[in-house]
Amino acid sequence: MLILECPCCGVKAEETELAPGGEAHLKRFGPGSSDEEFEAYMFARKNPKGVHFERWRHAYGCGKWFLAARCTATLEVFGTYPAQTTEPPAELIAKIKAKRPDWKGWK
Amino acid sequence: MSARLQKGGRLIDRSARMEFSFNGKKMQGLRGDTLASALLANDQLLVGRSFKYHRPRGIVASGPEEPNALVALGTGARYEPNQRVTTTELFDGLTSASQNHWPSLEFDIGAVNNKLARFLPAGFYYKTFIHPRSAWKHLFEPVIRRSAGLGKPPEEADADHYEYTYGHCDILIAGGGIAGLQAALVAGASGAKVLVLEQTAHWGGRAPVDGDIIDGKPAEDWVRNALQALEAMENVTLRARSMVSGVYDHGYVLAEERIADHTPGDGRPRKRLWRIRAATVIAATGALERPLSFAGNDIPGVMLAAAARDYAVNFAVSPGEHTVVVTNNDDAYRTAITLKEYGLQVTVIDARPAPVGELPSRARALGIRIETGRGIIKVKGGKRVTGVSIGLQAGEGGAVEDIACDAVAMSGGWSPVVHLWSHCGGKLVWDADRALFRPDAARPPLNHDGSALVWPLGAANGALTADAALRDAVEQARLAVQSLGLDAGAAEAAIADPVEEGAILPVWIMPASAGIELKSKMWLDFQNDVKVSDVQLAAREGYVSVEHTKRYTTLGMATDQGKLSNINGLAVLADALSEEIPRVGTTTFRPPYTPVTIGALAGEARGDIFQPLRKTPMHDWHLAQGAYMEPVGLWQRPYTYPRAGETHEQAVNREVVNTRDRLGLLDASTLGKIIVKGPDAGKFLDMLYTNVMSNLGVGKCRYGLMCNEQGFLSDDGVVIRIAEDTWLCHTTSGGADRIHAWMEDWLQCEWWDWQVYTANVTEQYGQIAVVGPNARKLLEKIGGMDVSKEALPFMTFKDGELGGFPVRVHRISFSGELSYEIAVPASHALAFWELLYSEGQEFGLQTYGTEGLHVLRAEKGFIMIGDETDGTVIPQDLNLDWAISKKKEDFLGKRGQQRTFLAAKDRWKLVGFESLDGSVIPDGAYVIAAGTNEYGFRNAQGRITSTYYSPALKKGIAMGLLLNGPARMGEVVEFTAMTGGVSAQAKVVDPVFYDKDGEKQNV
Repeated sequence: MLILECPCCGVKAEETELAPGGEAHLKRFGPGSSDEEFEAYMFARKNPKGVHFERWRHAYGCGKWFLAARCTATLEVFGTYPAQTTEPPAELIAKIKAKRPDWKGWK
Repeated sequence: MSARLQKGGRLIDRSARMEFSFNGKKMQGLRGDTLASALLANDQLLVGRSFKYHRPRGIVASGPEEPNALVALGTGARYEPNQRVTTTELFDGLTSASQNHWPSLEFDIGAVNNKLARFLPAGFYYKTFIHPRSAWKHLFEPVIRRSAGLGKPPEEADADHYEYTYGHCDILIAGGGIAGLQAALVAGASGAKVLVLEQTAHWGGRAPVDGDIIDGKPAEDWVRNALQALEAMENVTLRARSMVSGVYDHGYVLAEERIADHTPGDGRPRKRLWRIRAATVIAATGALERPLSFAGNDIPGVMLAAAARDYAVNFAVSPGEHTVVVTNNDDAYRTAITLKEYGLQVTVIDARPAPVGELPSRARALGIRIETGRGIIKVKGGKRVTGVSIGLQAGEGGAVEDIACDAVAMSGGWSPVVHLWSHCGGKLVWDADRALFRPDAARPPLNHDGSALVWPLGAANGALTADAALRDAVEQARLAVQSLGLDAGAAEAAIADPVEEGAILPVWIMPASAGIELKSKMWLDFQNDVKVSDVQLAAREGYVSVEHTKRYTTLGMATDQGKLSNINGLAVLADALSEEIPRVGTTTFRPPYTPVTIGALAGEARGDIFQPLRKTPMHDWHLAQGAYMEPVGLWQRPYTYPRAGETHEQAVNREVVNTRDRLGLLDASTLGKIIVKGPDAGKFLDMLYTNVMSNLGVGKCRYGLMCNEQGFLSDDGVVIRIAEDTWLCHTTSGGADRIHAWMEDWLQCEWWDWQVYTANVTEQYGQIAVVGPNARKLLEKIGGMDVSKEALPFMTFKDGELGGFPVRVHRISFSGELSYEIAVPASHALAFWELLYSEGQEFGLQTYGTEGLHVLRAEKGFIMIGDETDGTVIPQDLNLDWAISKKKEDFLGKRGQQRTFLAAKDRWKLVGFESLDGSVIPDGAYVIAAGTNEYGFRNAQGRITSTYYSPALKKGIAMGLLLNGPARMGEVVEFTAMTGGVSAQAKVVDPVFYDKDGEKQNV
């Protein structure tokens, strides 16, 4: 039962208020893309033991989607941020690197 | 024999006698008894049979770790199986019955398994699976099914009710022993909001029984004072009878409070499930005593040393007249001393060569006989202990002496209760000197911010003595308080008189070099009948992982989850593998700590309120008309409105015929209604739907399809354009919330720069379908707006007024008939419905339900999401190419549909089927193809997706998918039957069975 702070409304929301949306920062591939690109977009998902970027929706709250960085092994949450971005905020990346020196980065 | 002592008993009230029964036998107990102490007071040593061998079993423990004494409590609607007698508080009129025996507890035929024990070794089940196959079916399975299994499930619905409550606190303290209370004093003084939960009905834990002296007073006095101080703190809440069952992510904690277990039928909820959010958690959960593994350690009359002490001190129940205390540590001497002081005979068998602690000295001074360097070779007796043979602990099992006794109290040392620490990932460290696993402070379970989530203290942290536990409690509680950024303040630290204890001698097998004869009678897991010999066999057969050995032998897999057996079992495994204990490690600790009844987990969510119920504005009207309702998502919708004497089938046929011939009325309010508005709304809908919606004229309706990114059909419905920048999308009844969320996902996460707003207005409008040749006559009669073909052609809509109601009238049809779907504000919907109903009578109006709707649409070949689609069907499979734009560069699902398999020519495609004999083909039936597949099953070339009796055609009709179907019109195909073989033959036809040219709807 995770607690994630919704960056839109500021509520520290319990998991029962949230709906999960899988991996964050996927790039959509539509018509004209190669089979490999489409397969990667549609099916290839990271499954790290460690730092992971995820989509969550404050479904039973403000209704807004947001993104979260957390450790899948210890459940430590490094931060949440609005969904309207194609990559994690620089200060969040710096924070994670400080806490996890061995982390290879988000891509 | 076990019996009630003449004096003592700190928890019982001798003036309050209580009647109860066990296996029909009337017995007497006292207020304050547990069922366990009451049974022992009545010398009822034999209380159950073991799972596999049906060995006679007695009470081993005095708390929730009890593996043997599980009984069925109550009768009828208050019957509950598998209840531990040690945690069941006695009440007047309690009825209990033993389990897992046939025909009776005293005489159990299943005990023959005991004689066959060497044929039922570790992994017995798995071995029987292998060969020969027939032996499993005819021999093993019937025998196992009859002889195994604990309590029987209840047959009546539970008469009790249960509830949830929510707790929010800064610090949750699990455990109300002296360590938990000391921690609460520290936490309370910091001003933090504290919730203290104690699983039993009493505070103070073991200290009052152990005779500890705290701050110069008996522990009981200190406990009373501490409770008074805590009760005076507004920021501290104390709850007894509340078991913390699990600690989950980020401080989510579940606990079960037993409210009315001991006062059944008093109107209160039986149990209350606490859903707690704690900023941090203190685990003051104590420790559990381990049994010793000697032959016959499962015979009734053998119990844990601390349990024997509990029964004597708390309930004035003696385990026997002569108790042999067998131990490898000093703590068990407390039991010997206690029993001796009650005037009972005691002999101590100590595996250690030279015990030197304060307690052995005190025992010696009391004149207790102590045999050192010795162990129990075996226990004598069958249904109760009659004596023990003792010999050298270091030997192979040669007996040097037999001692007659009627009780054995064993202690193999203590294991901290690390469950709550471990549930969320806390790691353990093996303390070799004291032979125990305790929390590794360097590797705690983590909270959301990466800080420690759980603070173990007291015995749960390995501080087993009272003085160590109190010191640890203060230290750890201060850390917990500081972790919240609070000031730990100056709560007084209690000091217990230290009792110097000698070192423990780890003893995992007694005697150390026992042969197989003895080891196959040394029980590790009492409930699941796992012995030392089974674990050693598993090791010989190649099991090196403790997790695999657990599953192979079933060690620790019973309802007690190995509270007594796990450490002993893994020590035996480590020994057999010549490994160090910490290298073998423990199995994973998972919630719940002790079983939580399903009723508590369900709470109030049962019966009609099992899940949320959505009702249309006309819901009560439908019920008053006797409608038969069916669930559609969370909605309840009328399936049909049967008249007196009608079957549902007859009622549906009548409704369908009447709608086609005269006039039908349908409550379509559940239809999803989502407004999409904004400068980019058209562009957005063009991405969402497979066809173009941006060029839809204001006032027009258009049918549309939505696919997921894989290209599979996901939802359908009519889209209308209300204004230049505003559309309203109708979705399926079950799909409204999902599709609205889908829209929001794309708008918020992919196209966030598009200016579009969405609103799900499904419940804001009632929607009523007026369907049939007389539909226009009815609307013209009630009047208010022009509903003529010219003013309101097919696939258009208009806002206006009918019969004085504000309405939006759509000329759309899901039946093939002249049809008006009329949206009206939800608050007006019932009144408008009633007006239509009464004014429509002269035109032959009848209501129809969802089944009639299905038949009407199937006769027209209209698809239904969820029938013709199942997540693997693309619109092209349903011949809906006309609704897929060729011009659009992109829409959701377009790329997915270009994948080779979906773009292939030879796919299963939609056709109609007319059965040759007129029967209704079973739903889901496969169209058989020649030959068999690699598994020997018949090949299939299609399947039925919708199948009904058609009143219009007066025979069975069906829709389905068939390989290259549209090219095979007229062909006769065969279907599988539910029972195998061929059930029906049908002709492949156009799926539009009725009014192929659509003349009836376009008038």
